[in-house]
Parts: sequence; structure tokens; C-alpha cells
Amino acid sequence: MRASRVPYLFLAPAMALFTLFMALPIGYTIYLSLRGAKVSGLGLGKGARSEIFVGAANYTDALADGALWNGWLRVLAYGLLVLVVMLGLALLFALLLDTAHVRLARFSRISIFLPFAVPGVAATLMWGFLYLPSLSPIRAVLDVDLLGPTAVTFSMANIAVWGGVGFNMLVLYTALRAVPRAYYEAARIDGASEIQIALRIKIPILLPAIILTTVFSIIATVQVFTEPTALRPLTNTISSTWSPLMKVYRDAFVTGDLYSAAATSIIIAAISLVLSFGFLRVVRDRAFGEG
Amino acid sequence: MAAATRTAAHAAMRGALPLGFTSTAVLLLGAVYCLFPVSWVLVAATKSKAELFSISAFAPGTGLLSNLADLAAYRDGVFWLWLLNTLLYAGGGALLSTVVSTVSGYTLAKYRFPGRNVIFNLLLGGILVPAVVLAIPQYLLFSTVGLADTYWSVLLPQILHPYGIYLARVYAGAAIPDTLLEAGRIDGAGHGTLLRKVALPLMLPGMVTIFLFQFVAIWNNFLLPYIMLGDDQKFPLTVGLYTLLAAGANQPSLYNLIITGALVSIIPLIALFLTMQRYWRTDLSSGAVKH
Repeated sequence: MRASRVPYLFLAPAMALFTLFMALPIGYTIYLSLRGAKVSGLGLGKGARSEIFVGAANYTDALADGALWNGWLRVLAYGLLVLVVMLGLALLFALLLDTAHVRLARFSRISIFLPFAVPGVAATLMWGFLYLPSLSPIRAVLDVDLLGPTAVTFSMANIAVWGGVGFNMLVLYTALRAVPRAYYEAARIDGASEIQIALRIKIPILLPAIILTTVFSIIATVQVFTEPTALRPLTNTISSTWSPLMKVYRDAFVTGDLYSAAATSIIIAAISLVLSFGFLRVVRDRAFGEG
Repeated sequence: MAAATRTAAHAAMRGALPLGFTSTAVLLLGAVYCLFPVSWVLVAATKSKAELFSISAFAPGTGLLSNLADLAAYRDGVFWLWLLNTLLYAGGGALLSTVVSTVSGYTLAKYRFPGRNVIFNLLLGGILVPAVVLAIPQYLLFSTVGLADTYWSVLLPQILHPYGIYLARVYAGAAIPDTLLEAGRIDGAGHGTLLRKVALPLMLPGMVTIFLFQFVAIWNNFLLPYIMLGDDQKFPLTVGLYTLLAAGANQPSLYNLIITGALVSIIPLIALFLTMQRYWRTDLSSGAVKH
């Protein structure tokens, strides 16, 4: 009887933290997103502003908000760039590290993983200075305003790719290392080339890990905030509503419209859930099918 | 690096697989890309105010010591306070997080009880919840109890770490033999003793990995402290650096300070990262650290 209580006791701290810092905030956000401010008279004095239930009004407002839509389009372009380039490079590097006859593999692996240890703000700051016309060594070879209206999406995607490629490479590489070498030997005896082995054997084996890294990357990309926020002081190209999350921050803390901020953050959450749910199902089936 | 490329080329000429040479070259390109901004900031931090804009980007200057002195003197040494705060948030948060994750992961892996999968899925589902849905209501809830803008407001929400619990569960499953627990039980060991004397020692390498991941995640976090804190005496480095950038982006005379600040703020993590190489290599997907 006492034994049956033990696992719940051991899990109590995690469940308490989950309740306080996840379930409660999520519930509160949903509650706020359905509320609104009612201003009576001139809106001055105590009691002139009250909170009322407004139903889905905050959501319909958010869906009709042009600034938010522009933010979504920017993040869509940025996100596609980041996902394709970052995961593509991570996969390429992981496969290359796993091939025979690679020299200096340790040096390359550590160097490519190094940006993982650099905070997003510091990374943005370093790249931001490298983009700055007065300082940029890049400008010496590439005559483009890297902080201009068109280029800024690419410049920002570059910061995310730089920061994320190493971590994703590591996840894929460790998954590859767990595969018994005998798999490849059999293929080699059958005359398969290294490239065929990579395409026909390694990539299919890596699929769950690729899906996992994709899910994490989608979630991170949809809520991009640090890079555009930290890049803003260096250029006028980035508005205070460049990404949807930046608009949430502005609504909540600058214009003080908590209700629309809550609705928008629920929409951001819903979009990342919808995008990653299909992926996650496959991951769970593969990783925990036996557990 | 030139010498290294030459050795690789030499090996290729001697008749090793040309694929090995191409792989090495591509990986080295990736390494150069990832080291580029870090090396630039390292060189730029050595330049005096005049040198920053006059001499070539990768030529070292003579101003490193005066830059460091300027940084130390900036607003009565607030930068060092930010560094200490970051250590406190990341060190304390990661320590608590590791304990909670390990105990939870062990319980979920080694006990059978009603609701086990529901609890695991709930906790793991936290990975999918975007930080934005949590940060703003967390701020409001902390304000309600008078804890916004305190150390607690940054520390507490970062203890629960779904990924850490996932890693701990996988790790416990692989590293703790059931027979050992069974033997302990027959010898009359209680659940607490089994946890302390059997489970935790076996899980130690996995705990280091979980600690490192959470340490880096908290160190690099920008959104949560940016929302929670108003008093710059409590800022971590990320928020401090951002305010430094926001204040100095229009004043090229402050660039040296910002660049030196960026360099100093990435050195501790890079050092930790390089000295703890072994633990970053642990297998994320299967928990097997034995090879």
C-alpha cells in the first residue's frame, strides 16, 4: 500500500512545477484571450475600466490584423529558409562525419557544435556587427546591404542556421553512431557505394531523428523573437512587429493590451502544435513503441 | 589549417577514397563558417576605438586591456554583476532541474503504476508548448504574488525541463538493471535507499548531460528574464548585453564596449563546452553512454 504511493511521491515535485508553471499559465492565457477591457465614459478614474467576457472577439481581431499577417509571412519565409538550410546542412555534416577516411573529424565536429554554446543575443550581436556597413568584412567581398529590406530575412536566417546547425548535427550523428556497422558491410559486399549507403540505408534509419529535430526546429522558428529583437537596434528595417511573437510582446508590455496578446500567443501555440503534431506521433510510435 | 588541408589532399593523391577528401573539405568549410564570427569578435575586442574602424577586420589591435577596463568600469561594474547573476540562474536552475528530472525519469522508467503514461505524456508534452504562451502569464502570476522582478521569477519557471525528464527516463531504462533493484529490495532496502544508493550513482553520467543542457538553455535564455525583470541589477548577461546594444547602437564610440562584452559573455560557456566534450557526446536517442 505504501509502496504504491512512492512513485507519486517521487513525481510530486515535477507535477507541482508542471501545475504552477505550465498548466496554470496556459489556463490563464486561454482565460485572458476570451476577455477584454470595457471602457466607460472617458476611461479616467477608478472603475472606468472593467474587464468583460468578449468570447472569440480577440481571435477574430487577431485573424483580421494586417500587421500580424505580415509578421506570419515574414516568419514563413524566414522559417522555410532556416528549416531547409539548417537541417539540410546538419544532415549533410552528420553523414559526412560518419563516412570513412574523414580527416580532422573531431576538430570539425567540435567547431560546428560550438555555436550551441553562444547565446542567441550574443550571436545576433556578433553577426549584427559583421553585417554593419561600417565594420563588415563581408561587405568587402559581397556588395549588398545585409540589413536592407530584402536581405535582412536572409541575414536573420543565417544567424539561426549558424546557431542551430551544430546541435541538430549532433543529434543526427549520435543516432547514426548507434547503428551496427554490420548493416553497411552487407551493403558494401553487395557493391553499394558510400553515397548509395547514405541515401538508401542511413537516411531511412535516421528518419525518426530527422523528424525529432524538425519538430524542435519548427517550434523554435514559429516563435522567433531573440534574433529580430536584438538586431533591431542596428537597423531601421526591422519593425517592432517583425515576428508574431514580437507583436505579442508589444501588445502585452508596450501598448498594454493583454487580451489580444493572449489570443495571439494561443494562435502561435496552435500553429506550432498543428505543424509538429503529425511529426511527433511518428516519433512517439518509433521511440516508445516498446515502452 | 592550410597544413591540414594539405595532408588531406596528400592522402587523396596517395589513392585514399576521393570521397574522404571531399568530406573533409566540406566539413572544414562548415567549421570555418562556425568559427568565423567567434574569431572576428575575438580579434575585434583587441582593437582600440580608432583601430576598430581603420585597420583590417582580422588584424589584431592594441586595445584589449583598455577595452576590458572600460567594460569593468561601465556603470560601476554592472557587467560583472550580470555575469554573477547568470551563473546563479544557470547554475542553481540547472542543479534543481537535474535533480527533478533524474528522480522523475527514474520513477517513470522503473515503477509500474496507474497513470504512468498519462503523467509522462503530460510532462513530455511541455516540449511542445511555446515559451510565449508561458512567459507572459507567468509574469502576470508572479506579479500577483509580488514575485515579479525577483531572482525567483527567473529561477523557478526554468526548473521543469521536459527534455531532461525524457533523457532521464531513457537513461534510467538503459543504465539501471532491474535485477540490481530487485536484489536491493530483497536485501530490505527502502525506495529512498534504492534511489540514493543504486539509481543515482548509476545515472551520474546522464545527470551531467542533463545538467549541461539545462545550464546552456538557461544561460542562453533571453525571453523569460527580459519579460520578468525590470531592475538591471538582476539582469543576466543576455538581457544586459541587449540593453548595452540598445543604448550603444547609435554611438560607434560604444562599439568596443559591446564587442568586448559579447566576447567576455561567451568565454565561460565555450570553456565549459570544450572541457565537458565527453558528456556532449552521450547518446541522446537511446541513453547508451557505454561505448
